[in-house]
Amino acid sequence: MTSIIIGILVTLGTLFILLSAIGLLRMPDTYLRISVNTKAATLGVGLVLVGTAIFFNDLSTTSRALVIILFVFLTAPVSAHLIGRASYFMGVKLWDKSVMDDLRGKYQKHSYVLKSKTDDTPHDNIDHTKNDIHTRIDEDVK
Amino acid sequence: MTLNEYLSYIILPVLGIAVLLIVYRFIKGPSMADKIIALDVLITTGIGIIGVYSITHGRSTFLDTALILALIAFLSTVAFSYYLEKRNRKK
Repeated sequence: MTSIIIGILVTLGTLFILLSAIGLLRMPDTYLRISVNTKAATLGVGLVLVGTAIFFNDLSTTSRALVIILFVFLTAPVSAHLIGRASYFMGVKLWDKSVMDDLRGKYQKHSYVLKSKTDDTPHDNIDHTKNDIHTRIDEDVK
Repeated sequence: MTLNEYLSYIILPVLGIAVLLIVYRFIKGPSMADKIIALDVLITTGIGIIGVYSITHGRSTFLDTALILALIAFLSTVAFSYYLEKRNRKK
């Protein structure tokens, strides 16, 4: 009975890890790959470690597995946010079909200061959609 | 089919296929950020492989290695993103 539960948990975790690997390969954009990393892989590793804790049925092993799960769950969003912020500053373009960019024109290019208005000093702002013709015409009109 | 055979012959090869896909993204990745994300996912998958391996071999000592790998993954991602930000900043 215990082995069936362990098998189900480990199978689910492996499926989530495999899906995160496929998503990392197939997603069209850096930011979407970050979202794949921080959700699916974290859940898969958590399920596999819960299976490990059930298999050993021991206080020290269970506490170690819980510490690893807690650590991964705490640090995955922080690292995803940091690498997303750094890639936005590096000038990684968004996907062509992404609907909106809330940060468009709000970060200063050199000082990385976040502003709440977009039209203060338009030449210093980070804008990843300037290659698009329509937005460029709109900015020229302004 | 016992649990040990199931884990050894089905689960571990599937995890190996996942590692191969992530390594392909790590080599190909168009920008530097893609490679860092692939490295992070690679170490996270390694934690899962260590968990399955400790079940098949019946030794819980391997989980210490998984804890240290989780630490190293977080620290390397933070350091890489910090230096990538500083590289582009011009005073």
